[in-house]
Amino acid sequence: MTANHPSDTFEALREAAAQRILILDGAMGTMIQQLKLDEAGYRGERFRTWNRDLRGNNDLLNLTQPAAVRDIHLAYFLAGADIVETNTFSGTTIAMADYGMESLVREINIEGARVAREAAALAQAKDGRRRFVAGAIGPTNRTASISPDVNDPGFRATSFDELATAYGEQAEALLEGGAELLLIETIFDTLNAKAAVFAIERLFAARDLRVPVMISGTITDLSGRTLSGQTPAAFWNSLRHARPFSVGLNCALGAREMRAHIDELSRIAATLVCAYPNAGLPNEFGLYDESPEAMAKLVGEFAASGLVNIVGGCCGTTPDHIRAIAEAVAPHAPREVPEIAPRLRLSGLEAFEVVA
Amino acid sequence: MTAPVATFINIGERTNVTGSARFRKLITNGDYAAALAVARDQVENGAQIIDVNMDEGLLDSEKAMVTFLNLLAAEPDIARVPIMIDSSKWSVIEAGLKCIQGKGIVNSISMKEGEEAFRHHARLVRAYGAAVVVMAFDEQGQADTYERKIAICARAYRILVEEVGFPPEDIIFDPNIFAVATGIEEHAGYGVAFIEATRWIRQNLPYAHVSGGVSNLSFSFRGNEMVREAMHAVFLYHAIAAGMDMGIVNAGQLAVYDEIEPELREACEDVVLNRRADATERLLTIAERFRGGAREKKEADLAWRSWSVDKRLQHALINGITDFVEADTEEARLRVARPLHVIEGPLMDGMNVVGDLFGAGKMFLPQVVKSARVMKQAVAYLMPFMEQEKLELGLTESKAAGKVLMATVKGDVHDIGKNIVGVVLQCNNYEVIDLGVMVPAAKILEVARREKVDVIGLSGLITPSLDEMVHVASELEREGFDVPLLIGGATTSRVHTAVKIAPHYLRGQAVYVTDASRAVGVVSNLLNDNSRPDYVASIRAEYAKVADAHAKSDRNKVRVKIADARANRALLDFAGYVPPAPRLLGTRVFETYDLAELVPYIDWTPFFQSWELIGSFPAILDDPKVGIPARALYEDARRMLERIVAEKWLSARAVVGFWPANAVGDDIVLYRDDARAEELARLHTLRQQMTKSAGRSHLALADFVAPLESGVADYVGGFCVSTGFGEPERSDAFKAAHDDYSSILLKALADRLAEAFAERMHERVRREFWGYAADEALDNEALIKEAYRGIRPAPGYPAQPDHTEKATLFKLLDATAAIGVELTESFAMWPGAAVSGLYFAHPDAAYFGVGRVERDQVEDYARRKGMGVEEAERWLAPILNYDPATLKAAAE
Repeated sequence: MTANHPSDTFEALREAAAQRILILDGAMGTMIQQLKLDEAGYRGERFRTWNRDLRGNNDLLNLTQPAAVRDIHLAYFLAGADIVETNTFSGTTIAMADYGMESLVREINIEGARVAREAAALAQAKDGRRRFVAGAIGPTNRTASISPDVNDPGFRATSFDELATAYGEQAEALLEGGAELLLIETIFDTLNAKAAVFAIERLFAARDLRVPVMISGTITDLSGRTLSGQTPAAFWNSLRHARPFSVGLNCALGAREMRAHIDELSRIAATLVCAYPNAGLPNEFGLYDESPEAMAKLVGEFAASGLVNIVGGCCGTTPDHIRAIAEAVAPHAPREVPEIAPRLRLSGLEAFEVVA
Repeated sequence: MTAPVATFINIGERTNVTGSARFRKLITNGDYAAALAVARDQVENGAQIIDVNMDEGLLDSEKAMVTFLNLLAAEPDIARVPIMIDSSKWSVIEAGLKCIQGKGIVNSISMKEGEEAFRHHARLVRAYGAAVVVMAFDEQGQADTYERKIAICARAYRILVEEVGFPPEDIIFDPNIFAVATGIEEHAGYGVAFIEATRWIRQNLPYAHVSGGVSNLSFSFRGNEMVREAMHAVFLYHAIAAGMDMGIVNAGQLAVYDEIEPELREACEDVVLNRRADATERLLTIAERFRGGAREKKEADLAWRSWSVDKRLQHALINGITDFVEADTEEARLRVARPLHVIEGPLMDGMNVVGDLFGAGKMFLPQVVKSARVMKQAVAYLMPFMEQEKLELGLTESKAAGKVLMATVKGDVHDIGKNIVGVVLQCNNYEVIDLGVMVPAAKILEVARREKVDVIGLSGLITPSLDEMVHVASELEREGFDVPLLIGGATTSRVHTAVKIAPHYLRGQAVYVTDASRAVGVVSNLLNDNSRPDYVASIRAEYAKVADAHAKSDRNKVRVKIADARANRALLDFAGYVPPAPRLLGTRVFETYDLAELVPYIDWTPFFQSWELIGSFPAILDDPKVGIPARALYEDARRMLERIVAEKWLSARAVVGFWPANAVGDDIVLYRDDARAEELARLHTLRQQMTKSAGRSHLALADFVAPLESGVADYVGGFCVSTGFGEPERSDAFKAAHDDYSSILLKALADRLAEAFAERMHERVRREFWGYAADEALDNEALIKEAYRGIRPAPGYPAQPDHTEKATLFKLLDATAAIGVELTESFAMWPGAAVSGLYFAHPDAAYFGVGRVERDQVEDYARRKGMGVEEAERWLAPILNYDPATLKAAAE
């Protein structure tokens, strides 16, 4: 928790972000679905006899189908992405407990970062443009500030300390595997994210090296709040101490529904703003079916209005979406980071500001 | 929405086991439900932050902190405010920090155990993402002198900012408030030491804040609450002036500085400021006189107190007196079998009298709203007894006359009228579900369905709300509703309801309600099975006639072609006129404007209008019909106004700007600087198209600016002012305390202050910032009559009816970032008590109404604005001289 040296990624990213809007990748899950893997495909040779069903454990593919995962990353890089997220959304001991795979967490993250770096090197060799790998840190499947039991609102299925330990292990392995940024994403409970920030700060102090941290919350529905009830401004006040490289939103909403909240963050956050919405809202079959053109038009408008510095896609997006989005934002200058007067800014579920 | 902001923060102290015996008892008994109620109560009463302290010897403090905070997280109406985690034990603080998702405050850390522990704790606070209170405490102990206080704070600040990297704005110093007037000579300077240390900190430690626990100060006057309150008020008055911006204060028990009895105030001031050697003795002497005594009030005529309880309740209802309501309600309750009988008996009887008097024009809205306050407080008193009874007997409540859902539609923030209607309906035994402001259609339908409401009432003030009301009506139709739909608010009209809303809702009936006094009649007609068929039929017949007449009149309105109108534009004299250059180019922000300065600029006439008291001020005060209620309302308003100013209930902020400008056609081009090479923005104006008699021009705002081809360097200005910051929170708190009267009063005053602010700012613009009328000296009456040079028209009003122009204005002023005023999707300003507009300086510039416009201008306007014709038609709907739907149908 002391001052530690910034990695060289900071300068490279800052330089690029000053020139143009950076491009993040699209959905990993959507692309994996297209592989149509069966149970055996997920298991590979190594886990042929594992005692639980593994189909759906996407992060495990870093170990059992590394080439397929690398090719997805590569497809996104070639579609225009500057940054891809590792396939490690559920790579914590807490989330992996569902598969009894807590002991594999370290390996999954190291390999996840490694295959993404491999793809980055291939893409870089092709056109000479530097590419980056962000270690993806998902929300886990537990909430630190909400009780899963409606009859016992004071109960918690996990704790700050348990989360911090799990996030710390994941982050350390991601960095070891070659991730150059960390992305705390799909945050639906801000207290989980605070535990992640706490763990990452501890890790930076121990390694005496800090890397850029991206923070991305999720406004769960049209109420305009996170699942844990915070407004976007309250969310930002809660996590500003992480001094993140970017703050933004992903998942749950399409670009149209996300716009107002990105607009708000864009006005209050004295750092880069990142948006990677879903391809629209789910249709009657639960599928995301907004076309690349339609989505690019909406995200392009974010750029034209000066709301964003980094854009990408979440559920339902593909390399075609990312290509279209990259083209749509290319003519527009990145958002200028506003100067925000220093003031005591607190939050509960809502933001509170002291002007004195 | 903008975050609420505050200039002095009251921190709720009642969820503190060391400060509240009651809370301690609840926690030691494990009664967390009641403990949560204490927290809720504080938030509802306006605490902006709640302090949680579990430091009690017999408690497992860590466990109690975690349990309480986890339970609290599940209560959205409490958890919305930030939490101050208060403990002298670090382990308790850390346990608390692990429970809160928001950004809270740690209270406190210090250098008591040396610098190393201090650094360690500060780093952890930072890693958990909280702000921190730092006590002026070091290895030698708590600082009691000015010199020690500032030395410790300066050292702590340096360590935090330079070594730990703590953001200075997140540091709050507590330089220790100690008891004064203890009889010990060394204690006499404690008040001054705190106040002076506060001043020094605020001047020398940038961005840091100052807080303190005030109740310590008066410790030696335990038992004499009146003197204690006076001491606290005097102390805070001076400490706040010196820069103290937070305090653990029981806001409910604080005297108002100006209202303290002068002799007592002076004695307290002598003690707090240590002004004379015998200050303590003198305060002790006079303190005896105030012991136990309730604050002296004007002797009122209390003869009615000897009447029977039923008559007393009636008297209190009619006269809006809340002083005795609980005692009288209790007495009435003890005399009847069930608490409900008090409501159905004396209270409803009293309200019926109120209703009759109101119906007969013998009582007026402000009085009725005050009556409702008495009623609500009586009912609130009875509620626990009724709940108890329900539990014991399994009884059900009596049915209300009907359920009414009320909402200000999406995009609109104005709700004074809606709130008044709600209160009047409640007075008449209707259950009102008020969804507040900016309510989307989906929410209205969802609640209407779930609550099975009998009537829906929609309100709106700005023109885009009209469209939203049409949308709600169509949605009601689509989803199969048939309940009546009431339409009200400044922008609505019988014609609009008949022509645009009613046809979209054929299953049910949309009814326009002129004002609050009509609402009850309309609703009771609609809900009564006997009267409804005839009533609805009569409305339908009336609306059919209105629609027919409207269609005919539409056809009769001849408009001139836009090209001809332009040829007949106003040609102001720009040849012999040198436009004055503003003394200021670009924008200037006023962050906290002195409210006291605005009070003399208030135009009171519209204030009385909002309470449906018609007449111009000040004559209205002596009006034979409404003089008495007007005077009572005015007195209440002045009293509240004093508190608004003295206690800074509202904060006023403004931004003004001036730019080089020239007219290009009907647009006004603004330039980045006087070189006039780079276009900064373009304002679009609309031109009159009505037929004019010879010699009268077809006006547009662009006519008031020198045209580009004239070669004359001209300018325009813009402004946005608001006095609404703090209003919603306090209005809601009043409402939660069953005091709708004060809630509505505050909203109405905030609106008036915003208008006064616009007037004052315009005056300063003329005299100082643009400076073309430096010697102007007009009294308020002349100002209200606009007897000055130049105008300040607002987008959305007659001279430029298009609300979307506000977007350009806001961008130019950067109003949202600069002062926190936001635009909703319908371009209403939030907070609602806000005014924005443009400044024109030409001596011939004058207000006018654009009137209805033709399609040729709309097409041209849409092209200039870069929006589709249909979109332009939507925004200009209220002033179109044609029906786009008919035109479209004809074309196809």
